[in-house]
Amino acid sequence: MTPTARAVLLTVIIVLTILWLVPIIVALITSLRTNDDILLNGFLAWPKKISLASYGQAWRRGGLDQFLPNSFIITLPALFLTLLLSSLGAYALARFRFRGRQLLYFLFVGGTMLPFQILLLPVFRLSDHLGIYDTYLGLIAIHTAFQLGFCTFVLRNYMMTVPVQLMESARLDGCKEIRIWWSIMLPLTKPAFAAVATLEFTWIFNDYIWALILIRSSEKMPVTTGLAILQGQYVQDWTVIVSGALMATIPTIIVFVFLQRYFIAGLTLGSSK
Amino acid sequence: MNKVRIQAQLTPYLFLAIPVVIYLIWVIGPMIYSFYLSLTRWDGFSAPAFTGLANFRRLFADPVFYTSLVNNLEWVLVFMTIPIVLGLFIAMGLNRDIPGSKVFKACFFAPMVLSLVVCGLVWSWLYNPAFGLINGFLRAVGLENLQRGWLSDPKIVMESVIAVAVWRQVGYVMVLYLAGLQSVDQNLVDAAEVDGANSVQRFFNVILPQLAPVTVVVVVISIIDSLRAFDLVSVMTRGGPFNSSSVLANFMYIEAFNNYRMGYGAAIAVILFMISLVFIVFYLQRVAREETRG
Repeated sequence: MTPTARAVLLTVIIVLTILWLVPIIVALITSLRTNDDILLNGFLAWPKKISLASYGQAWRRGGLDQFLPNSFIITLPALFLTLLLSSLGAYALARFRFRGRQLLYFLFVGGTMLPFQILLLPVFRLSDHLGIYDTYLGLIAIHTAFQLGFCTFVLRNYMMTVPVQLMESARLDGCKEIRIWWSIMLPLTKPAFAAVATLEFTWIFNDYIWALILIRSSEKMPVTTGLAILQGQYVQDWTVIVSGALMATIPTIIVFVFLQRYFIAGLTLGSSK
Repeated sequence: MNKVRIQAQLTPYLFLAIPVVIYLIWVIGPMIYSFYLSLTRWDGFSAPAFTGLANFRRLFADPVFYTSLVNNLEWVLVFMTIPIVLGLFIAMGLNRDIPGSKVFKACFFAPMVLSLVVCGLVWSWLYNPAFGLINGFLRAVGLENLQRGWLSDPKIVMESVIAVAVWRQVGYVMVLYLAGLQSVDQNLVDAAEVDGANSVQRFFNVILPQLAPVTVVVVVISIIDSLRAFDLVSVMTRGGPFNSSSVLANFMYIEAFNNYRMGYGAAIAVILFMISLVFIVFYLQRVAREETRG
């Protein structure tokens, strides 16, 4: 590439990058200003005062002190269960030949692409009948079940690449299948686990629609539906809304900063083989 | 048949028992049950009453259904063009050894980890007609006449919402293409260069064909994501004003959970599912072909 072409390319990319960051920078600046200042002088005016007050307000009065912990109470068990169960299923699909093997695999893969709407009403009704409507458990159950599809898909494909010989020798030594799964397969599948777990954490943590359908009491809401409530409470107080939104992203930002490699690996594992 | 063999045959089923039962109860079963519900009249409290195809007849005469359908189509078309072109362009640019390419990648990628709710709230603020950044900027540079009620003008509200989705999607497409570029055979690219192909020719005739498998995945993901679109609409406009930003997913939610017309909502869900099914089947066929090959 010629030096001019290179310079042009670099400039275009820098401009695009800055454009892409504008919403995030605007959100940060907004959160540090006071609402009166913004309403009086407009967003583009030089801030009169820098304050963290709106964060405090979103945290205590806005309810984020409750919504954020709720998100973890829902996300972590769902993440653990879906990884555990899908690794069992994936092991069977990757290692054994049996009737219905392909059908099950296609059900799992196809399920990952379903529009949620086709499940909303029946799952709503099912949760009600099981007495888990408006409980953490109801939300954990649907997340665990729905995410089984993607996790099984990725883990199964990864397990297919593990050399069979490793397991055959253990089998000849009389090792139980469950032991082979636990002490040979799982350690070898760690990279795929890291990738899927990172991705699934963000997906479940960021879920909005299931929380909207299955949780009614505000004291049990995760941060996504919680923010929607907060928006209703502070209609014109953008500093509080935006501060709340920023606080809600801290967990996923931490995951992004420290586990970006796995996150990206997960996305690419899920899209190609 | 001896005991050992029976055990060996049962083993995979034992491993699959719990995940499959959970999957059938919460995913496959509900999917089928929605079809039944779409044939009923149900308010969510009393028992569903069978009404045959009445919901569908009503749906096909409902103008909001067509508005939603057209909006979903627009979403699909935008998603299949702008993020793919931009994402591929950025991936091509950052695939070279540009200083700080890691930082650039992270910037495009960051919106992906934000929840759609957060994206929707932040952008609603940017779009705020009186105090938001966009109109404020237009005033500051003397383009007052370009100011709009970005989320209140029925003519542009859909585009305003889709823009947010694009902002989030570009990084995703970029990541997929960056991964795809790793497997592009550099020898072929070099050979084309020796043969006198310029960089545009090399891109269209050598690199792009090799990226075809990634492009198929990106297109399928873009379509599926467009059909699923719900969170942004729900947070930013609830489908308004006057249903002008309604999409099928939001239309279904409003009918079923706000208006308690659950049978009708199920009918909308069934239509949405049938549209998605075309692309799901296409994708599964592709997976099946890879299965038999490898």
